[in-house]
Amino acid sequence: MEGMDEIRDTFFQEAEELLGELERGLILIQEGDRDSETVNAIFRAVHSIKGGAGMFELDRLVSFAHAFETVLDDLRSRKIGLEANGLKTMLRSADLLSDLVRTARAGEEMEAGREAVLMAELAALSGGVADAAPSAFDAPELPAGPVSRLYDIRFTPLAALYANAGDPALLVRELHRLGTATVSCDASHVPDLSELDPEGAYLSWTVALETTESEDTIREVFEFVEGDCILEVIAGEPMVVEEPAVVEEGDGFDVAALLARMQAELGDGPAPEATPSPFDMPFAPDFSADFSNVVDLADMRPVETPAPSPAPAVEPVAAPVLAASPAKTEESKASSAPAPAAGATIRVDLDRLDRLVNLVGELVINRAMVAQRVVEAGLSNTAAVSVGLDELEQLTREIQDNVMALRAQPVRSVFQRMSRLVREVGEAVNKQVQLVVEGEGTEVDKTIVERLTDPLTHMIRNAIDHGLESPEKRLEAGKPLTGTVHLSARHASGHIVIEVSDDGGGLNRPRVRDIAVSKGLIPADAQLSDEETDNLIFLPGFSTASTISNISGRGVGLDVVKRSVQALGGRISIASRPGRGSTFTLALPLTLAVLDGMLVTVADQTLVLPLTSTVETLKLKPEEIHALGSSKLVTLRGAFTPMIDVGRHFGYRHAPADLTKSVGLVVETQGNTRTVLLVDEIQGQRQVVIKSLETNYGSVPGIAAATILGDGRVALILDVDALVSEASASASDFSFAIAG
Amino acid sequence: MTKTILTIDDSASVRQMVSMTLTAAGYDVLQAEDGADGLAKATGNRVDAILTDLNMPNMNGLEFIRAFRAHPSGQGVPIVFLTTESDDGMKSEAKAAGATGWIVKPFKQEQLVAVVKKVAGA
Repeated sequence: MEGMDEIRDTFFQEAEELLGELERGLILIQEGDRDSETVNAIFRAVHSIKGGAGMFELDRLVSFAHAFETVLDDLRSRKIGLEANGLKTMLRSADLLSDLVRTARAGEEMEAGREAVLMAELAALSGGVADAAPSAFDAPELPAGPVSRLYDIRFTPLAALYANAGDPALLVRELHRLGTATVSCDASHVPDLSELDPEGAYLSWTVALETTESEDTIREVFEFVEGDCILEVIAGEPMVVEEPAVVEEGDGFDVAALLARMQAELGDGPAPEATPSPFDMPFAPDFSADFSNVVDLADMRPVETPAPSPAPAVEPVAAPVLAASPAKTEESKASSAPAPAAGATIRVDLDRLDRLVNLVGELVINRAMVAQRVVEAGLSNTAAVSVGLDELEQLTREIQDNVMALRAQPVRSVFQRMSRLVREVGEAVNKQVQLVVEGEGTEVDKTIVERLTDPLTHMIRNAIDHGLESPEKRLEAGKPLTGTVHLSARHASGHIVIEVSDDGGGLNRPRVRDIAVSKGLIPADAQLSDEETDNLIFLPGFSTASTISNISGRGVGLDVVKRSVQALGGRISIASRPGRGSTFTLALPLTLAVLDGMLVTVADQTLVLPLTSTVETLKLKPEEIHALGSSKLVTLRGAFTPMIDVGRHFGYRHAPADLTKSVGLVVETQGNTRTVLLVDEIQGQRQVVIKSLETNYGSVPGIAAATILGDGRVALILDVDALVSEASASASDFSFAIAG
Repeated sequence: MTKTILTIDDSASVRQMVSMTLTAAGYDVLQAEDGADGLAKATGNRVDAILTDLNMPNMNGLEFIRAFRAHPSGQGVPIVFLTTESDDGMKSEAKAAGATGWIVKPFKQEQLVAVVKKVAGA
């Protein structure tokens, strides 16, 4: 069923959010927060996950959540206190719960018995015995047997039943479902209209029910009104076939007579439909209903009768006014109370957002084109149209920022996952670690948030495994036993900057250098600054761990991290202070829809290079260029660096570029290899809106995407990585051809 | 006339589930995501019955029931609360606040329809 799948998706989305809230709450508690609202929020999170999981019969999830919830409930009601052990168990339970949710979402089954230990710990916390986990559904009750009996049911509603909007008519209707019912209503206690209390209870019913159902089933009909009525169920002997006694118009109660009496007293009262009361209760019973009179009779419950008393209920003006009612106080109290989970949000399909983002891109381009036309028309800056255009630009920029913000999400969701990681890694390498998080509300494009997990995971593992010293060494160095990993995010000059720092020993520079030399990554006599030495760890093939632990050494080096960061248009670096720790710094663009580009001219074409891959620009001297087969190398501070003539590479021209009129752009690609790109001229830096070339044209090797310039021309955005690897591949093919 | 049921739950999946089930059973369904939203919708629309969760942020179910019952339009409308707690303490507290009935989560779709029929009619 399609609807169910959708609801299932919603549930899992919700569960992720709730898991985030749970984690956040537990961390607050860990930090010493004892606010009852915090405890309540985590209880609610687990409770809601359990409730939703029940709908989809995810039994393992339900029973584990139940055990967890029991402890949280005890905590909430202060039946139990919170000790360090307890908190640990809860944090681990949150982790397991999140694993259970994820395996359930993937339709997988978690290995059997993984929850056993934690269930036992949870049970111990909540005072020994956890109540049995609820089975997903109660088994339906079996009918008592085929034996038919006649029951004598006497039912007298009390005022409370009506006050809670109970409806005797519906209950009587329920009885009809169970068998053959003969109903009579005793209205002899209904007083004269002048004495009638609209909220009083005056009617009682007697039902003779012939049914094969048990007495319990009959009592179940009255489950909701237990305590709000007087109920007697007297079971008769098992029955032989018997004529049902018809007592319908019973005991001297005449509906028509009562109605006539009431209408007479009211005079020409308002027609029921015209009653401005919000009650959905027609004044006169609806005789056209396909129920017997008996049921109609029951519909005439006193509480619903608009009595001629000056009750505020029927005063139309009173209805929308909440101010004096306790409801308002409750409401304002609720809104002033901290409600972290609540917020006016709507879910929007991502496709729609992306379409909007695209349209805004078009708008930006269009505005730039109009501006260009205005300039071309020779209008002055003070012309009305120019002034209008300036205003339009302001507006466009604001729209752009706001639309981009729609795709922005706080990094919180990723940061939260890191606290679990810190716990797990700390335990695995036997180090005590605390994670301090800052700026988790910092927002960045959703895609970037999603792709942050891997690099962050890696950096944090690294910080704990390699950065922090062993407890013994920390004590020796006079540091606190517990190491601190600091994770922060902030906005800086159009980027989001994320830092992971530790208070460990810092990088061992001589050792880093030795490793780089021994692995042939740098020449033995290379002159490197401290900063350059530190950043050697990002080189492919570099690994400082002499023994590969199962934490950091997963076959992926920091070079991979660096590459994935670059793929997002970002940069990563490390700064280390010996004895005091290291800091990884990650700078990422706020959006993937706009690119900081370097505009260059190549054979009269304008091309865009991502600014993040550009390291420096230089004027080339002929004596610095060396030929090696078909390819050219540039000596760059003593190192040979391959050079690509962009104009020739893309076939814009056949003649080699005139070096005296060219500019070299040093770009950095995968694995920190540097390459010089030869272009004719640098136009400047500009933010450009990225347009997919693949969807509009086709995939071109070496070209990442396109953009539209202010003059309406299309400029191609270079894919520097692809360009460099392609050029080096074709160069080696060529030289191979010559050699062969 | 088609009856309108208001479902108040902070969980969108529960709201969707209730909505789908009751729509299939021939009811119109309004949704609200917490007690305060529920109160606004319950008093601003003609509803024939209300299903509310108890544990919600921003005005919980009990507060909602009390507030709605105190409102002039809140007296004749049956309120069923959804709960995973089957303990009687919660039931009696909710009833004292003015609830008409309850349904214990997790529930089957038929159970939901049966309870709504029981308090609001078909």
